[in-house]
Amino acid sequence: MTATPTPAQLAARAEAREQVRADLRAKAVTAEEVTGAESIVRSLEEVGADTVFGIPGGAILPAYDPLMDSKRLRHILVRHEQGGGHAASGYAHATGRVGVTMATSGPGATNLVTPLADAHMDSIPMVAITGQVGAASIGTDAFQEADIVGITMPITKHSFLVTDPDEIPRTVAEAFHIASTGRPGPVLIDIAKSAMQANTTFSWPQDLQLPGYHPVTKPHAKQIREAAKLLATARRPVLYVGGGVVRSGASELLRKLVDLSGAPVVTTLMARGAVPDSHPQNLGMPGMHGTVPAVAALQKADLIFALGARFDDRVTGKLSSFAPRAAIIHADIDPAEIGKNRAVDVPIVGDLREVIADLLPELAKEHETVGKPDLEGWWRQVDGWRETYPLGYTEPDDGHLAPQRVIQRLGELVGPDAIYAGGVGQHQMWAAQFIKYEKPRTWINSGGLGTMGYSVPAAMGAKAGRPDAEVWAIDGDGCFQMTNQELATCTINDIPIKVAVINNSSLGMVRQWQTLFYNERYSNTDLHTGHGTARVPDFVKLAEAYGCEGIRVESPSEVDDAIKRAREIDDRPVVVDFTVSRDAMVWPMVAAGVSNDDIQYARGISPSWDRED
Amino acid sequence: MSRHTLSVLVENKPGVLTRVAGLFARRAFNIHSLAVGPTEHEEISRITVVVDVEEHPLEQVTKQLNKLVHVIKIVELDPSSSVQRELLLVKVRADAAARSGVLEVVELFRAHVVDVTPDAVVIEATGTGDKLNALLAALDPYGVREIVKSGTLAIGRGPRSITDRALERVVRSA
Repeated sequence: MTATPTPAQLAARAEAREQVRADLRAKAVTAEEVTGAESIVRSLEEVGADTVFGIPGGAILPAYDPLMDSKRLRHILVRHEQGGGHAASGYAHATGRVGVTMATSGPGATNLVTPLADAHMDSIPMVAITGQVGAASIGTDAFQEADIVGITMPITKHSFLVTDPDEIPRTVAEAFHIASTGRPGPVLIDIAKSAMQANTTFSWPQDLQLPGYHPVTKPHAKQIREAAKLLATARRPVLYVGGGVVRSGASELLRKLVDLSGAPVVTTLMARGAVPDSHPQNLGMPGMHGTVPAVAALQKADLIFALGARFDDRVTGKLSSFAPRAAIIHADIDPAEIGKNRAVDVPIVGDLREVIADLLPELAKEHETVGKPDLEGWWRQVDGWRETYPLGYTEPDDGHLAPQRVIQRLGELVGPDAIYAGGVGQHQMWAAQFIKYEKPRTWINSGGLGTMGYSVPAAMGAKAGRPDAEVWAIDGDGCFQMTNQELATCTINDIPIKVAVINNSSLGMVRQWQTLFYNERYSNTDLHTGHGTARVPDFVKLAEAYGCEGIRVESPSEVDDAIKRAREIDDRPVVVDFTVSRDAMVWPMVAAGVSNDDIQYARGISPSWDRED
Repeated sequence: MSRHTLSVLVENKPGVLTRVAGLFARRAFNIHSLAVGPTEHEEISRITVVVDVEEHPLEQVTKQLNKLVHVIKIVELDPSSSVQRELLLVKVRADAAARSGVLEVVELFRAHVVDVTPDAVVIEATGTGDKLNALLAALDPYGVREIVKSGTLAIGRGPRSITDRALERVVRSA
C-alpha cells in the first residue's frame, strides 16, 4: 500500500530496526589480529557465503591456506575457472543468494571473463575474488599479471582493486551488497598477494561507504496510478514478464496481478517458470523462437506491461515494427533499461515486489470505479492463435530420434520440481519450449550472452546450492565439449547432476541457419559425435572415464527407460547420450532483423493475420 | 545533434576516469570535451563532459553514468544559466615586425601574453569556445605554431552549489 504509515507502524518499524542492530552488536566481531588472507576468509564467512567455486594458483595461494580450516565455507575445486564462474552463477540462479568464485591472477582471472560477462547480461548476483601480483609489482608485466579490473570493467556491475589489507572486510561487504541489491550483477574483487600476506585486523560488521550507490526500490505512486488506469481500460493488454521477476522473487505477487488483470501473459527465456505454464493465461515464450500466440499477442496488443524485461532484440524482432499499436508500461529496477530500446508511456522504477504490491490495490480500485475490462474479444482472438498454432514438431524422416520428443518426455517424467540448466542453441530453445515450468528458479540458462558450455557447470552450481533438488543439465554435443571437465568436479565432490546430451552430431543452431540462409552449405558444423560417425569423443566412454554413469539412447523406445534409470542413480553423475536427428529445426522462428509479423510457424508457413487488426 | 554540458561528481578514487570514459566509448556516445579536477571536498572530483547527442541518447548517457557506483551526482548545465569557459595557450610567430599586430589582437580579446621570445609569443586566453575560435582566426595570419586547449569547465550561476549535499553518505551495515 502507498498509504502513509501510522505512528504505531513507524514505532514498530523503529523497534524492529533497533532489534536488528542489537542482534548485530551481539554478533559483532571486533579487531581480530589476522593476515589479509585470513581476513578474506573471515569476511566471506561473516557476509554469509557458504560455497566457493575456485582453483588456487600463485597469487591467490595465501587465501587458500586459511580456507582449508574454515568450517563455514565449502570450497569446491573446479577444473577450469570458467566452470567455477558458471557454477557460481548456477548456484545464484537456483538459490537467489550471491554465488562466489575464486581464481588466481593472470590466466586464472582472464578465464573468468566469460562467466562475468554472462552474469552481467543476465543480472546474476555473483562475487569473483581474484589474486593479483604483489602491490609493488603491479604494472611491471610481472609473471601472471593481468589488469583484470581493467579487462572486466565493461562486464561487471562494479570492481575493486585491493592493495591495503585493512580494506578487505569493507570491500567484501560492499561487493556483496552491490552484487545482490538493485539490479543484481557480478562484482570483482582483485586482491594483491602482498595484501593477503600482510598483517591486519578483522572486524565485523562493516559500514559501507557507497555515496554513489542508491538503487531505487520504491516505485512512484503517481506512475503506479497511471499504470493501473491503463491496465483497467486496455482492450488488448499483455503482461510481458522478464527475468527481473525471478531476480526480485516477485512470482507469487505476479500471480495475483495476472489473476486480477485477466490479461494474457508471455514469459521470456529468462522468465520461464516465473508464471506457471499451467496457468491458463500463460501463452509461453515470446521472441525469435517463441510461440505464435505469445508473439502475435505482443504484436497486436494495445497495451504492453513489461515487468523486469528489457525489450531485447531476440524478443522484439525488428524494433521499428514491434507492437506498433501498443502503449507501454515499463517497470524495472534499472532506470537505464526504461526507454532504452522502446519509448515508454508509463515508466516505473522500482523493485518488482514493491511495484506489484503497490499496483494490486490501485488496480482493484480502478476496477471498482470503471469496472473490469471486457477482454472477451481479445481472448477469443488469442485462443484462436493457441488452437491454430500450438507448439509442435514433426518426426524426422531419417528414422532417428526427434530431439523435441526427448526433451518433452524428460520434462514429463522428471516434473516441475526439478531444476533444468540449459546450454545454448537448439536444445536450449526446445528446453524452453517443451518443458513445462511451474516454479521460478527451475529453469537456468544463459540468455543474454548465449554462452555455449554453460549448462554442466551451472547445473553443478545449482546442485551444490540445492542438494535436495534433482538437477538436469540439458546440453548439446557442441556445448558439452566446452565444459564437460566439470563432471570430474561433480563426481569427486558428490554433486550428482544428470546430463541429457541432445547429440545431433553438429553445432545444431548454426547448422539450422546454414540450412535456411546459406543454401545448405554446412561449413564447419559437423562434430562427428552421433549416428554413423567415429563418435569422437564417445560420450558414454567419456562419462565413464569421469566416474559417471553413461547411458546411450538411440531409439524412441529407449527414451523413457533411460530417463527412469538416470533418476534412480544418485551416488554419481549420469550422462545420457541421446543421439538424435540432425535435421530437426527449432520452430516457430522469426528470422534475425525481421518483423515479428513475419513469424514462421514452420518452414515456409506464416500465420495469416486478420487485416483489420 | 545537440551539445550538452554535464557536471559529473565522482568519488576521488583510482580508475574513475577510465570507468566514465570507457562507458562513453562502449555505448557509442560522442565526447566533445572532458575536464577533470578536484572540488572543495577532498573526496569528490568533478568531471565536466561535453557530449554531442540527440535528446533521447542524452537520457541514456546520464542513466548509464548514474549506474557507475563511483558516480555520485550528475547535473546538466544549461549554457544560459551557467558560466562555461575553456583555457587556451597558443604560441604565435611574432618577430619585431609582427609583434605590435599580435599584441593588438591580444588586447582586443582581453588575452594575456605569458611568454615572449624574439621570434614568438605565448598567449593565454579564457572564454567560450566561440571566442577562442575567433581569437585563433585573428591570430592565424601571423602563423600559429602550437595550440593547447583545456576541456570546457562549467559552473551554475547563482548562489546554489551542486556539491552541497553530494557527500551525504548512506551508511549501512553488512
